[in-house]
Amino acid sequence: MDFKLTEEQQMLQETAARLVRDAYTFDKREKFSASETGFSPEFWQQMGELGLTAIPFPEELGGFGGTGVENMLIMQELGRGITLEPYMESVILAGGLITQLGSDSQKDELLGAIASGELQAAVALDEPSSHYLLNDVQTTAKQDGSDWTLSGRKAVVIGGHTAGKILVSARTAGDVRDEKGISLFIVDPKGAGVTRREYATVDGRKGCELFLDNAPGELLGQAGEAFPAITYQAGRAIAALCAEAIGAMEVACDVTLDYLKQRKQFGVPIGKFQALQHRMVDMRTELEQATSMTILAACVASEEDSVERTRTLTAAKFLVNRSARKVAEEAIQLHGGIAMTWEYSLAHYAKRLVMISHQLGDDDHHLEAYAKLMSVA
Amino acid sequence: MDIHYTPEELAFRDEVREFLKNELPEDIAAKVKTGKNMSKADHERWQKILSKRGWYAPGWPVEFGGTTWGPVEKHIFDEESAAYGAPRTVPFGVNMVAPVIIKFGTEEQKQHYLPRILSGEDWWCQGYSEPGAGSDLASLKTRAVREGDHYIVNGQKTWTTLGQHANWIFCLVRTDPEAQQQRGISFLLIDMATPGITVRPIITLDGDHEVNEVFFDDVKVPVENLVGEENKGWTCAKYLLTHERTGLAGIGASKAALTHLKKVATQQHKNGKPLIDDAVFRAQVAQVEIELMAAEMSTLRIIAAAKEGGVPGAESSILKVKGTEIRQAITNLLRKAIGPYALPFLPEELEYDFDGDMLNSESSPALAGDYFNMRKLSIFGGSNEIQKNIVSKMILEL
Repeated sequence: MDFKLTEEQQMLQETAARLVRDAYTFDKREKFSASETGFSPEFWQQMGELGLTAIPFPEELGGFGGTGVENMLIMQELGRGITLEPYMESVILAGGLITQLGSDSQKDELLGAIASGELQAAVALDEPSSHYLLNDVQTTAKQDGSDWTLSGRKAVVIGGHTAGKILVSARTAGDVRDEKGISLFIVDPKGAGVTRREYATVDGRKGCELFLDNAPGELLGQAGEAFPAITYQAGRAIAALCAEAIGAMEVACDVTLDYLKQRKQFGVPIGKFQALQHRMVDMRTELEQATSMTILAACVASEEDSVERTRTLTAAKFLVNRSARKVAEEAIQLHGGIAMTWEYSLAHYAKRLVMISHQLGDDDHHLEAYAKLMSVA
Repeated sequence: MDIHYTPEELAFRDEVREFLKNELPEDIAAKVKTGKNMSKADHERWQKILSKRGWYAPGWPVEFGGTTWGPVEKHIFDEESAAYGAPRTVPFGVNMVAPVIIKFGTEEQKQHYLPRILSGEDWWCQGYSEPGAGSDLASLKTRAVREGDHYIVNGQKTWTTLGQHANWIFCLVRTDPEAQQQRGISFLLIDMATPGITVRPIITLDGDHEVNEVFFDDVKVPVENLVGEENKGWTCAKYLLTHERTGLAGIGASKAALTHLKKVATQQHKNGKPLIDDAVFRAQVAQVEIELMAAEMSTLRIIAAAKEGGVPGAESSILKVKGTEIRQAITNLLRKAIGPYALPFLPEELEYDFDGDMLNSESSPALAGDYFNMRKLSIFGGSNEIQKNIVSKMILEL
């Protein structure tokens, strides 16, 4: 057992931390968020130049062979700045799916571009009635010779509005919730039959709804066999979201603690009141528990697929979702009215913390999943 | 970063498992696993087995009969012991007074008391709390007045766990009533056979006799029984409390209790199927298992830091709070698991040699009582609210 970071990992952490610190002041974030892309293409480019977008890819594909631990270190820093770029979606999730399923030519074409940051990809797994169940796929794909066309609607595709490619899950066989018969396709969002309804998200990002009407798609991996890869890569993405959450939780806790020391009422700093002290301790306890589960998730994320791995990742997402919400709510409560305002940065941390649970499964979803996988004997 | 045990640690775990498999008496394990009453003789029997193996006092320096175990080995040992149903070590001698004697005692005290703890000759109890001093320990009033080469002790201690078995008690006593609270306190070792000591049982809400009141009426204690300097007892007390708190997360015990919960919920039925397959109940078990997983990881992180030479500080207060909440949540589910059979109060079924028909199952008579008994976890060893005060002051600097 060893929780120490290697020298390289420490350098990576420092690189990411410095970049976020310099580029992401609250005012700048506001501007990025309000811009057309909804994030900073310049920051995205800098991530590429510093090699951060290449970290998780295998060395033979031009990456650094980073594991869940490296992903954690980067995501934690991105979380500290509540950054807006679709790093998890493009680099970890889309990149991971292509690495796992892609043919040599697909990898050649796409992975280098994703790793350099040149190509931003998105992943469309949810549907209007799937409610986080990745096997609930109603979108269909039809084959005509070697060509496939997709029809259906994919929900809340974060980063989909600017993506150069979108990976879409669609059913090529089986019933609506069968795990067999699900395939993945690479869709050109500017292609025929694709319509996007773009929107801002509550936490300051942007995404889109994806409407497919006989839209051409390029098969990624074997037809009907994509589900294991989808859940495996969703597991890596879950570990990444947990890390993002603890980064944001750390800042929320620090900012709240500072506020307790500065804000005076009844002639004393409000941090002198035991009722508030204990709530602050509870927040730190949540952070401690969430950090532990995030480390656990990071360590298993790159392991071979197994029930044990899935169980650990689903446990981590459950606990982090719940802790993130508690920290968000308590941070607002301990601040009082000021945290209800748009101009106060903490409010945006709180929003992101709660919205993380709406990506790849909320606490109810993961508790149910965990309960199914729990070993009883 | 690697969350797995090293090959050496795994080999150690195998060694511990082997030992427990071969040496832990079946009847004792059965009592622990089903919550039956444990006798003094049971504790002593297990202690002798541990002592023989050299594992009774893992935290002591080797020169006094301890081990070279680091924090990881200690954690593994605790976890495996709990899993096999070994009784929890009664901590007052080996894990409480001994570390204080080793740290602050004279050479004579070490030579005299430590071997007797190791051999089981002495059973210690703790004289800290008083009727007027619980969480506010420093307000204690038991007086010790120096007269020649003796202290004359007068006062009352309470919540003295297993004091009915003890032949020695370590006490915090007030030696300087003029000094400010913490400053006039001394740490005194007292022979329970000394005239003037009375032990009275306190029956707890589960009907159990676990704690006592101890009265001191002109009790003569030789001055050589003082540990450390006179009026500096608070230093010993604080040292001991940090020692105490690290183990209070009780991860091993909670894991064993969770295994028990799954077993009970598999045996009990609802809606024609095992209770564990009931969606609502199962989700609650799942939730506490996840909490426990996180708390174990938090413990391992603190342990790993300790291995690097860091001293577990106020972080252990966070763990005490979380660990005890988890244990209480498990005992709550255990009580709920047996449904209406939580109601019958059957102390006779808690005896291992009860030979009548069990009303429900082997383990059910203990569950409601255990649930109430475990309310103590968030009260003792510094109540959870006190722990939060400590975190607030030491970590958050509020």
